[in-house]
Amino acid sequence: MAKTLVQEFTKGLWNEIPPFRLVLGLCPTLAVTKSVESGIGMGLATTFVLVCSNVLVSLLRNVIPPKVRIACFIIVIATFVTVVELVMQAYAYPLFLTLGIFIPLIVVNCIVLGRSEAFASKNNLIRSTADGLGIGTGFTLSLGALGGVRELLGYGTLLGKDIMPASFEPFSFAIEAPGAFICLGLMLCIMNLIGSK
Amino acid sequence: MGDMIKMVVVLTVLSAFSGGLLAAIRDNTKEQIEVQQLTFVKGPAIREIFKDAGNDPISDRFKLQYGDEERSFFVGVYDGNPKGVALETYGKGYGGDVGLMVGIDTETDKIIGVSVTTHAETPGLGARAKEDPEFSGQFEGLSLTDTIAVTKDGGQVNSISGATITSRAVANAAQKASDIYKRLKPEIIENAKSIAK
Repeated sequence: MAKTLVQEFTKGLWNEIPPFRLVLGLCPTLAVTKSVESGIGMGLATTFVLVCSNVLVSLLRNVIPPKVRIACFIIVIATFVTVVELVMQAYAYPLFLTLGIFIPLIVVNCIVLGRSEAFASKNNLIRSTADGLGIGTGFTLSLGALGGVRELLGYGTLLGKDIMPASFEPFSFAIEAPGAFICLGLMLCIMNLIGSK
Repeated sequence: MGDMIKMVVVLTVLSAFSGGLLAAIRDNTKEQIEVQQLTFVKGPAIREIFKDAGNDPISDRFKLQYGDEERSFFVGVYDGNPKGVALETYGKGYGGDVGLMVGIDTETDKIIGVSVTTHAETPGLGARAKEDPEFSGQFEGLSLTDTIAVTKDGGQVNSISGATITSRAVANAAQKASDIYKRLKPEIIENAKSIAK
């Protein structure tokens, strides 16, 4: 039953990788994965919030009264999200402009609240940290990969560099909202195919 | 009863701690954020308004006291004549304050141009105030002797469909800029002249 620390971390990379296995947090997933850069930026911001809130919730898990636990989690999460927002404005302003409204929306990202509720409020500090890091890394990789597919198809670039042959006609559908759903669906499908073997 | 008190105490302490932390971070990042906004948002907005000016309007700026606040004014020099002055004001939008850079011709008391700077409006609706040149173009050449308002309020500016509140915020911000300009006009002209020398 009890998993090792390494397992707590690695489960976020495949078995419970969001948003593919843990189909949560789809709003930012669909909205900001127009390029690798914004996908990874969003992933890292979420990871920071996830790890910090997991740590704090885990530390406070015996103090927080069960009846108001959700309110407490939201205060903790909202605080760290605002920290990210301020720091990003101060040191990575162009990224802040791309992600814009989706940074404050990390507060209502189900992954963050879900890990606080389902994991950090029941586990000790070290395990919660490993869980946060694992899920966060998984989320960052997923968003980066999804962003990569969409950027490659939609603009013919990766990380802003032209890599497709000159004859490639950008498939701008991939960077529109419906393209996001289809790319996400196809990637889910591929992951399930691999997983079912 | 004891349960109740515990809930109140925990929530209060948590909120107070969160407030304190955010206030500290805000204070420490405030200056850096201003610098970033000047480079990435206000800078392009000012250059857009004073596109025909012969100087660098971002470095040619001065500050004046208006009410309790200190406000920055940016000067645009046309053929050696410092007749352009830009200032930033805010209007209450749908998702918080909408910043507006307003450029004014001090000889004719007319608006040279406006450009939305910082905002948190809904993408696709209110956010079009920043992206749609047709909307901001309506402010060009408006005389400051008239009250600036959207057509719904009896003014001359057509709102963006589906974003009346944002349109109103922009019009209010322009009107505020006009009020400030009219109150401080002698000082503004004096300062602009000394900068152009």
